[in-house]
Amino acid sequence: MSPPLLTIEDVAVELPTPRGDLRAVDHVDLSLEPGRTLGIVGESGCGKTMLSRAILQLLPKKAKLSGRVMFDGRDLVRLAPESLRRLRARDLAVVFQDPMTSLNPVLTIGTQLMETIQEHLELDVPAARKRSIELLAAVGIPAPEQRLAQYPHQCSGGMRQRIAIAIALSCEPKLLIADEPTTALDVTIQAQILDLLAREQRRRHMAMIIITHDLGVVAGRADEVAVMYAGRVVERAPTQALFKRMHMPYTEALLAAIPKLETAPHTPLPAISGRPPDPTRPLKGCSFAPRCRYAAGRCHAAKPELKSAEISGHLYACFHPIQMAEGMSA
Amino acid sequence: MTQLAVRDAPLLNVDNLVVEYGLGNKVVHAVSGVSLHVARRETLGLVGESGCGKSTLGRAVLQLRRAKSGRVLFDGEDLTAMEGEALRKMRRRVQLIFQDPIASLNPRRRIGDIVAEPLIIAGVKDAAERKRRVIEVLAAVGLDPDLVAGRLPHEFSGGQCQRICIARALVLNPEFVVCDEPVSALDVSIRAQILNLLEEMKARFGLTLLFIAHDLAVVKAVSDRVAVMYLGRLCEVAPSEQLFARPAHPYTALLLQAIPVPDPDVRPPESVAIGEPPSPIAPPSGCRFRTRCPRADQQCSAEIPELREVAPGQLAACHHPLA
Repeated sequence: MSPPLLTIEDVAVELPTPRGDLRAVDHVDLSLEPGRTLGIVGESGCGKTMLSRAILQLLPKKAKLSGRVMFDGRDLVRLAPESLRRLRARDLAVVFQDPMTSLNPVLTIGTQLMETIQEHLELDVPAARKRSIELLAAVGIPAPEQRLAQYPHQCSGGMRQRIAIAIALSCEPKLLIADEPTTALDVTIQAQILDLLAREQRRRHMAMIIITHDLGVVAGRADEVAVMYAGRVVERAPTQALFKRMHMPYTEALLAAIPKLETAPHTPLPAISGRPPDPTRPLKGCSFAPRCRYAAGRCHAAKPELKSAEISGHLYACFHPIQMAEGMSA
Repeated sequence: MTQLAVRDAPLLNVDNLVVEYGLGNKVVHAVSGVSLHVARRETLGLVGESGCGKSTLGRAVLQLRRAKSGRVLFDGEDLTAMEGEALRKMRRRVQLIFQDPIASLNPRRRIGDIVAEPLIIAGVKDAAERKRRVIEVLAAVGLDPDLVAGRLPHEFSGGQCQRICIARALVLNPEFVVCDEPVSALDVSIRAQILNLLEEMKARFGLTLLFIAHDLAVVKAVSDRVAVMYLGRLCEVAPSEQLFARPAHPYTALLLQAIPVPDPDVRPPESVAIGEPPSPIAPPSGCRFRTRCPRADQQCSAEIPELREVAPGQLAACHHPLA
């Protein structure tokens, strides 16, 4: 296995709020090899977006970050702003959820694409233009030459996301972070965009992090999945292993709560009762304990650490893991 | 007509409804000749992608958006012909639940007042009676009336706000509720709670529902029958199980294929959809889906396909339905 491209060590993010510090990311460790895809899954407020912002060093000004983010041999937390700026967009690219707000509404698509290309690849205008057209064609935009002169509002949501992906890919990044890239899109367009990301990733041997609330999005497309809850990674495993035999009750409950196409109508859903804890009032024990049907005394008193399961690379944070041995469930 | 026939007649009958919006000098063809019915105590799911006209249809049923032509018969009475006081009276029987639960609650008003407002509008003058009904309905949606009635919307999460919206919709004991994407703004774990609650409320209050959503799995979980809409027209209407097991319209099949399945053994199909939906300002001639349809031919651009029965209970508007 090649050495990791990205290593996150003990990263914590705290945001000051009027009600006290909010721990958005609570000591997370992750790593990612070149050419691989990591899916980060969790519900809103679980810290998945803040974690991606910590990797990109795009946290709000008041946020307190600790830990190390090693990318391609450099610690991004300690990197000078200028070096960081050069690294972002070139080696480290991002696609956000809402393509309308990530594109500048008053600049043409051509200007936005060529700006990035000229700045980072030091190409002249004709060369940058040629490359922009190639990129738009590669992300499946018909008549790319005409698109260059258009503004974002003249494009549909799916088109805008394709353009945002073209900009992200323009400098051949080593890592692409896609933060809910298809949540704002319709289901038929979602499939197209996910296909596009997968195809470009294979072609460029790029590493990718897909952040999503939808287990369905990562199931077929990520090599490894990290499930987050209340700021922590509570389970992490190769995708097949995770879906085959999950150990963390939260992962099980999350999967069970999704309506399935094969279930008969009017079947009550196994809902998770209650809601996630208030992040400004951290719990002493396991954050999922108040909603967990397996929780017992120890779960409310101490935080379970991430520990290894029988399969290498499978980690879980639970005192009462489920499906631990063949045919057994705790 | 006998008494029995009246009871068996659909509660809602939408007949060739057309709704259009003006956009500068252009016309948006939001709903173009939709006919459907919803039987008493039935849930009809209405699915489609954004811009297909499903929300407009929901609003036109409630007369929040007036139709250009066509009729909406509710319990035998034509709502499109009603105005003023008559319409207001009728609205007690039909209610609406919106997508964004937080935005649909007035942030400055207390929960107790928000839920009591429909009663005031409906002319329930007795304050004690109003209070009793508010307490009853808040408890029914799983909220503790003593704890929530005095609080403001910002003190609640999205899921709790949706419970409050459901309570407000149910406080007048309506017969018919239009649910417009009621769970799409909610997280997975909360979504299941709200879907279960809607099912429970439907059984308890004997409701008839028009359930609008873009998520097919969510629609299947609650619907007896499902109608699929594309660019202002219905493609297919069928009992839920049948629609999902044997879709007749190519668009339904495409939607089903595009859903990401939470199972790594199910390989995501490569590029199932062709292109993007055309604009409802200039919809394609003939079948509106033909520009993205793998089965489209000459006939599809020349003739508008009518909804017709392809299997018992299953209607599809397609010249070349799937076997």
